[in-house]
Amino acid sequence: MPVISYIDAVTTAIREEMERDSRVFVLGEDVGKKGGVFKATNGLYEQFGEERVIDTPLAESAIAGVGIGAAMYGMRPIAEMQFADFIMPAVNQIISEAAKIRYRSNNDWDCPIVIRAPYGGGVHGALYHSQSVEAIFANQPGLKIVMPSTPYDVKGLLKAAIRDNDPVLFFEHKRAYRLIKGEVPNDDYVLPIGKADVKRQGEDITVITYGLCVHFALQAAEKLASDGISVHVLDLRTVYPLDKEAIIEAAAKTGKVLLITEDTKEGSIISEVSAIIAENCLFDLDAPIMRLAGPDVPAMPYAPTMEKYFMVNPDKVEKAMRELAEY
Amino acid sequence: MVENRHKELGLSDEKVLEMYKVMLLSRRIDERMWLLNRSGKIPFVVSCQGQEAAQVGAAFALDRENDYILPYYRDVGVVLTFGMTAKELMLSGFAKAEDPNSGGRQMPGHFGQKKNRIVTGSSPVTTQVPHAVGIALAGKMEGKDFVTFTTFGEGSSNQGDFHEGANFAGVHKLPVIFMCENNKYAISVPIEKQLACENVSDRAIGYGMPGVTVDGNDPLAVYRAVKEAADRGRRGEGPTLVETVSYRLTPHSSDDDDMSYRTSDEVAQAKTKDAIITFGAYLKENGILNDDLEKQMNDDIMKTVNEATDYAENAPYAKAESLLEYVYEK
Repeated sequence: MPVISYIDAVTTAIREEMERDSRVFVLGEDVGKKGGVFKATNGLYEQFGEERVIDTPLAESAIAGVGIGAAMYGMRPIAEMQFADFIMPAVNQIISEAAKIRYRSNNDWDCPIVIRAPYGGGVHGALYHSQSVEAIFANQPGLKIVMPSTPYDVKGLLKAAIRDNDPVLFFEHKRAYRLIKGEVPNDDYVLPIGKADVKRQGEDITVITYGLCVHFALQAAEKLASDGISVHVLDLRTVYPLDKEAIIEAAAKTGKVLLITEDTKEGSIISEVSAIIAENCLFDLDAPIMRLAGPDVPAMPYAPTMEKYFMVNPDKVEKAMRELAEY
Repeated sequence: MVENRHKELGLSDEKVLEMYKVMLLSRRIDERMWLLNRSGKIPFVVSCQGQEAAQVGAAFALDRENDYILPYYRDVGVVLTFGMTAKELMLSGFAKAEDPNSGGRQMPGHFGQKKNRIVTGSSPVTTQVPHAVGIALAGKMEGKDFVTFTTFGEGSSNQGDFHEGANFAGVHKLPVIFMCENNKYAISVPIEKQLACENVSDRAIGYGMPGVTVDGNDPLAVYRAVKEAADRGRRGEGPTLVETVSYRLTPHSSDDDDMSYRTSDEVAQAKTKDAIITFGAYLKENGILNDDLEKQMNDDIMKTVNEATDYAENAPYAKAESLLEYVYEK
């Protein structure tokens, strides 16, 4: 099976869907001739032409809003926000429009759009090229938010998102783009949106996380294994709506739960995961739910010292895991 | 006898009479909504009064079988022209299950009806403008020759979505008609506190499209402008901005008291230019309408409005627990 990078999985999924369905098209800033600032749409302009790989004016609300209009008509737009941090001008279009089109029209209209955006820190991106923005959208019924961790999941979930008949926000960790490689079959496959995935079976403690932090958890789990501590790792993959069943099952399995996000802590995705566990697993728990997250500051600073302090990393994860295991 | 102005536009006597009838139906539906609101039967109304000529004149200039419309909340005349019925509007007013716009989920004035290509709208103003551009883009990609028509108020022409959408359409030469229904007020704020330029249409030049201002009380002038815009769009020459100037004859909505920011004299003055009166007079002067026909027309319309009201009032609400449906595709 070929081993490809996380970003190549993005490009592959888009290319295959554009080949399969002529209604699929890409729009965004620099997505055409340049192939994207990260090269996520590399080669698509050459293959499909400027009519299906559209370099738009620099205006995020129009990128989202024009995409939404095309989606309501029946196309399958994939809108790119150059950085998740820059999605803010489009929030009205995403929350007031995309999320509510099916609901407000009593199922008369729908909005099958995918909005992709690179998120996440550890790339010297400072306040405005490092943020995690999922929590802003994670209390908006009507939206789905997918945040895959591996190239395999990227391809299967992005294809599923493009074929989905509801709006999907697809957040890609920009540090994972070239750091994370993995086996990805050449064939056409989709993975279910809304389903978490057990990335490692374990008996002593449970880690529930998503995105790049999945890899930190798996690395730390490997270290703990050599000390006889068995770690169960659940990758949420879809952070909204959450896979409650899988969360409850994973938490109940070991009774000790560590929740990890790279986002700031208060009001984050893992806050909701924590609430689900608290509501459903009281008698299964052997330790208080533990959360590891970024500090509650507006965003991560530029200086490497401060950026490092902000970011979750394998050492912090390992430390938290050991602490929980010993509880 | 005054000059016949509709012939040169290719409009038959029957056609202009039909236009007048839709204007009148819009007005009567709106008036009924106010009565229902003031008698405590419906919670809310937001009015089309004073803008019927612009709405109907524009909608008649479009291809009602193929074009897409993205109306704003006052566009009773537009949606009636595009096939929505008085009964359906009343069902929306009463928030009943059969309301085709939203099944009673949205306030009245939030139009949407896929079978007539009336695209669902929301309350945040001007969000429909980029959607109109997106639908036009999709049509162009698929080689279709429809145009999209979207409306908004002059206050809304300050929103980023107007500018972002207009620019996108200009750059990609898309067949979009942006029609600003300038009624002089954004709730209480008059036009001179909204715009530093003289006309909303002055904004068109920045987006590489023609901008025209026409008398919104003259349905024929609006028809002409929108017809030209639609023809341009279908010829692949891109978007047009049309501004129709009229006056909002009612308060902003049933929850607004307009006497706190404008005078009754000003409103009375505007009413002398009411197109329901002036266009009716034009038709009479051209021998198309007479008192008997007018009475007959009014009677028919009142019958329609009464039947629609009765039907909607007695129609069932959607089941309360149905609010859980249609968050996502089933």
